[in-house]
Amino acid sequence: MGLLTHTFNGLVGGSFYALLALGLAVIFGMLRVVNFAHGAFYMLGAVGAFFLLDSFGLSFWVALLVVPVVLGLETTVIRRLSTLDPLYNFLLTFGLTLILQDVVKARYGSQSNPYQAPAGLGGTVDFGLFDFPAYRVFVFGLAVALCVAVWWVLTRTRVGMVVRAGTERPELTRALGIDVGRWIAPVFGFGVALAALAGVLAAPMRAVNPLMGGDLIIGVFAVVVIGGLGSVFGSVAAGFGIGLLQAWSEAYGPALLAQTLIFLVMALVLLFRPAGLFGREEGAA
Amino acid sequence: MKKSLAIGAALCVTLAGCGGGGPRSSGDSKLTGDKIVLGVLNDQSGVYAQLSGKNSVVAVQMAVEDFKAKYGDKAITKNITVETADHQNKPDVANTRASEMYDRLGVDAILDVPTSSAALKVADVAKQAKKLYFNISGATTDLTGKSCNKYTFHYAYDTAMLANGTGTAATQAGAKNWYIVYPDYAFGQDMQKSFAAAVAKGGGTVIASDPTPFPNDNFSTFLLKAPTLNPKPDVLGTMQAGADLVNLVKQYNEFKLKDKGVGLAVGLMFLTDINSLTPDALAGTTFTDAWYWNFDEQNRAWADKFAAKAGGQRPTFAHAANYSAAMQYLEAVQAAGTDDADAVVKQLEGKKVNDFFLRNGEFRAADHRVLHDAYLAKVKPGSEVKEPWDYEQIVKTIPAQEAFRAPSADCKL
Repeated sequence: MGLLTHTFNGLVGGSFYALLALGLAVIFGMLRVVNFAHGAFYMLGAVGAFFLLDSFGLSFWVALLVVPVVLGLETTVIRRLSTLDPLYNFLLTFGLTLILQDVVKARYGSQSNPYQAPAGLGGTVDFGLFDFPAYRVFVFGLAVALCVAVWWVLTRTRVGMVVRAGTERPELTRALGIDVGRWIAPVFGFGVALAALAGVLAAPMRAVNPLMGGDLIIGVFAVVVIGGLGSVFGSVAAGFGIGLLQAWSEAYGPALLAQTLIFLVMALVLLFRPAGLFGREEGAA
Repeated sequence: MKKSLAIGAALCVTLAGCGGGGPRSSGDSKLTGDKIVLGVLNDQSGVYAQLSGKNSVVAVQMAVEDFKAKYGDKAITKNITVETADHQNKPDVANTRASEMYDRLGVDAILDVPTSSAALKVADVAKQAKKLYFNISGATTDLTGKSCNKYTFHYAYDTAMLANGTGTAATQAGAKNWYIVYPDYAFGQDMQKSFAAAVAKGGGTVIASDPTPFPNDNFSTFLLKAPTLNPKPDVLGTMQAGADLVNLVKQYNEFKLKDKGVGLAVGLMFLTDINSLTPDALAGTTFTDAWYWNFDEQNRAWADKFAAKAGGQRPTFAHAANYSAAMQYLEAVQAAGTDDADAVVKQLEGKKVNDFFLRNGEFRAADHRVLHDAYLAKVKPGSEVKEPWDYEQIVKTIPAQEAFRAPSADCKL
């Protein structure tokens, strides 16, 4: 029973890694931009949910739809990056993180803001062998559904085909007469929307404050490296996998292992499979 | 690009040159630079900015105004200024800023300094500079233990006082079996040790204690583990602070541990933490407070004045203690007739005082621990909250002489 609970708990924790890593992977694949502002967009998702509640009295469900869409539309700054030197990517997205954090600080201060779970999901779900908070079951279900949906779009639709081609062989795809540039903004917006969605989902269970993205994003970068930079499937698998390993090691392993595990795995992966578990060496060229 | 860089560099050099003059003591005055300078060094943008931060600067400025109003023309000087800096909770930044304050800005006394590691660094700087240092929001008992020194006073609280209040009281009230989770760094480890000792003193047992990553936003593993321990703990003692505490309490409620018979005791909590979590999320939680704004008329009167200057925010104990420490320092300078650090220390050592923060206060000479009454508090449920920030019910006043530990043998002043 213990093992089963901790396994499920690990998958719930992994949901956040998976959603954030998926967004990072899609953006990196299409734009070759390492989005350091991803944690800030996650934070804006959570703060956005609080803002809608605080200023307009709008519920969690409205926030879950509105916040990701609004943030996903705001891509004016970063879409220009794809043509520039990677160093500028770093400077701009890192600078953007600092600015976004300070804007939120100026509005709400650096303390955490209260946010409750939606009314219907306050209880627990009884699985027979163990029970679990209903809200966490919902988070896990939604994350899995989203990952499957993204996988379906990428592998089964024409849009997905274009995006994948643009990701893996941008020059060749252009040569075949496909306007890759047209897809840059929507893909970036989609990645940002995923981060914002993860943020809204985090609001009822985590501290909502301007710094909440900063600590998490370091772990997410490690997840992306483990999965393979730009590999959509790899980032999702690594996200859930790291969530599981973390829960197991916290429950059964020594404390030191649990605290360093994610970076230990990253170091091992870099040592033996530098392109990541599911990445391909040439893809990153 | 290169050009603007060059201009920037030139500007830096010029500015540094301007600041390099520094105050010089004049021959006839008993005050260095003919003035008193107070320095508030704390976190102004990070996790501890709300519980102390810029509003502590406001509190210290209030003390300066009140001091000048009290003594009028008899004041030792009317030229009292307040310097302030952000140490970002980093020991190295705290070190640099503190040296800068003492050496370059002519600061006579540094106040506040949250984050234990930074607090200890500044104690070293104060010792070398031979200038006063009143630590308010640092928690480590090392300030009055192996790192104690002649110029450092530990003013508001420490881990031993928190554990002594909450650990002993909650155990005696029936919480015999404890499960402790603590963040795995200096503060958390210190708290864990103090609490384990206090629980044992109260006749209880610590069944298990787990270190958690710091910072951490997911405590679910530990919360799942709590009710499955054998024997089942009566109470989960959390030593987390700031945003980590908010994470843990949110998730404690999510996992319905109260319904499963595991209560919650919090090691260190500020008024602002309750505000972040809402009182309902914490209703009934026991903790130790160094001061509470709505305790009596005297506290309330000061809290009203503070709120008027701090945009309506009610003061935490850190704000009140910063005011009190600034005032006590200025009084000591007035009494000594000089800002010479050794003379001021002599004034303060062993002094017994009463102000709205220091109830039955004493500047203990042996280790420079400042003693005062502490309070065992309970968080009110939302339905009993009558006005904004009215979150605490004081269960018991812990007398000053019992609230803190005995002087440590490690401390050699």
